Amino acid sequence: MNIFVLLKKTFDTEEKISVSNGQIEDDGAEFIINPYDEYAVEEAIVQRDAHGGEVTVVTIGDEDSEKQLRTALAMGADKAVLINTEDDLDEGDQFTTAKILEAFFEDKEPDLILAGNVAIDEASGQVGPRLAELLGIPYVTTITSLKIDGEKVNIEKDVEGDVEVIETSLPVLVTCQQGLNDPRYPSLPGIMKAKKKPLEELEIDDLDLDEDELEPKTKTTDIFLPPEKEAGRVLEGEIEEQVQELVSLLKNEAKVL
Amino acid sequence: MSEKYLVIGETRDGSLRNVTFEAIAAARKINSDAEIVGVVCGDEDLSEQAKEMIYYGADKVITIKHDNLKTYTSEGFGQAIMTIINEENPAGIVMGHTSIGKDLTPKLASKLGTGLISDAVDIETGNGKVEFIRPIYSGKAFERKITTSGITFVTIRPNNIPSLERDEARSGDVTTKEIDITDIRTIVKEVIRKASEGVDLSEANVIVAGGRGVKSEEGFKPLQELADVLGGAVGASRGACDAEYCDYSLQIGQTGKVVTPDLYIAVGISGAIQHLAGMSNSKVIVAINKDPEANIFNVADYGIVGDLFEVIPVLIEEIKKIK
Repeated sequence: MNIFVLLKKTFDTEEKISVSNGQIEDDGAEFIINPYDEYAVEEAIVQRDAHGGEVTVVTIGDEDSEKQLRTALAMGADKAVLINTEDDLDEGDQFTTAKILEAFFEDKEPDLILAGNVAIDEASGQVGPRLAELLGIPYVTTITSLKIDGEKVNIEKDVEGDVEVIETSLPVLVTCQQGLNDPRYPSLPGIMKAKKKPLEELEIDDLDLDEDELEPKTKTTDIFLPPEKEAGRVLEGEIEEQVQELVSLLKNEAKVL
Repeated sequence: MSEKYLVIGETRDGSLRNVTFEAIAAARKINSDAEIVGVVCGDEDLSEQAKEMIYYGADKVITIKHDNLKTYTSEGFGQAIMTIINEENPAGIVMGHTSIGKDLTPKLASKLGTGLISDAVDIETGNGKVEFIRPIYSGKAFERKITTSGITFVTIRPNNIPSLERDEARSGDVTTKEIDITDIRTIVKEVIRKASEGVDLSEANVIVAGGRGVKSEEGFKPLQELADVLGGAVGASRGACDAEYCDYSLQIGQTGKVVTPDLYIAVGISGAIQHLAGMSNSKVIVAINKDPEANIFNVADYGIVGDLFEVIPVLIEEIKKIK
């Protein structure tokens, strides 16, 4: 099976966010594989081990993105591709990203494409479905189970807590939800092997694309932090008294009851 | 002629979800002169739902009925809605940022070759500009976004943009459209109901969330009881989900759901930064925790330091008294 994973690097979830001049400050920030994309990498490896084939991890980013690709290779992916847009693209949106990936997949004939259901930074969740539409293949988002039998694909999809049992067929694009699997940690031999695995670097010029076609349709004009929340009141007294006071505050002061 | 704005309605168990009405209000906020065209899909007669959309501010509603629209699929609903988009040629499209909204709208945007601003929590207009505010980094920051070319296409987070007053005196055209829905490649065989009965976490006005301090699956029962008394939903921290006290579908945080209810009661939750990202924009936060040093008290409006198993039953009784 020809399996691809769409991967994005994101801020570590531990990171505090600071903003200067309407931009996220990323100096010195720790980056990780987007947590939902980790489920995608893990699932790709599991499916390859069960059905044979090859796992290629693809990211759009800058030269620092190599670190996350190497981590995916250390987990067990076979090949990695970095589409480095640092020098060519000043700005882009999900339209742009999907267009670049469409061009990348032009000659690839994927059987299965996996992605995270959302990235924890910009959180649009658009790129997977957009790409599937451009490639003319079906997609299922927020999956929690994937079973492949020949061309037949059985999927469980999380729908706001309910589970939909879905039948479809290859080729398909899926986006991964928590609960799908437990992503493995890279082993030491895995990390050693990853250093020798192929990592191809491409630029926009290497793809069959005009930069005009990548003109974003939306634009971020400002980024700001939410107002700092002040610590509230910790109530005192016997449990009964505290609870009575809380209910009274919720009713009369906060007016939420 | 005024611009048209398309609002894609969404039903759950036959009833329109509140976010549909919020989407109508959002379209009105984007362009107060627009003609708002509602559209709603299903396999049954939808004239009652269409009327509701008109009471809440739509100028006309198109319903699409087809056997292949019984359960949502991106292909079925995609074909239906695309037909309407092509006929109505709207200047903008608004839908709820729900499970279906998240799944459907990128497909439509991709087909149309347009942008899509997902998960807006507010809309600001002025100087001929429409700006959408949306959380990024799970609510640790916000961005202001505009459409630079093509139609304005946006999904709105439930529970943030108030719907307009329901007015039964409003009237408008309701038409039913026959559209052939074919070539469905993803078939929904079955829907297994696991979500807590009644109140959906992402739309709940009140959430009672439990953490590791709840100690067991059994320990979540009093939380459910409290949620029921308040007409709310139960959520959980990652710690509680990892410890298998409850299902991952209940998880609130940087991974999991991001929620903004009117009242968030955090029970036995320490308040890790990842959890705060998912709930700190709630309007009022109450923390109940044994540990007075717990980080959750730093974001809580009101805190009770105490054993949750002692506090919750008393709280349930006190709330029953005033309800």
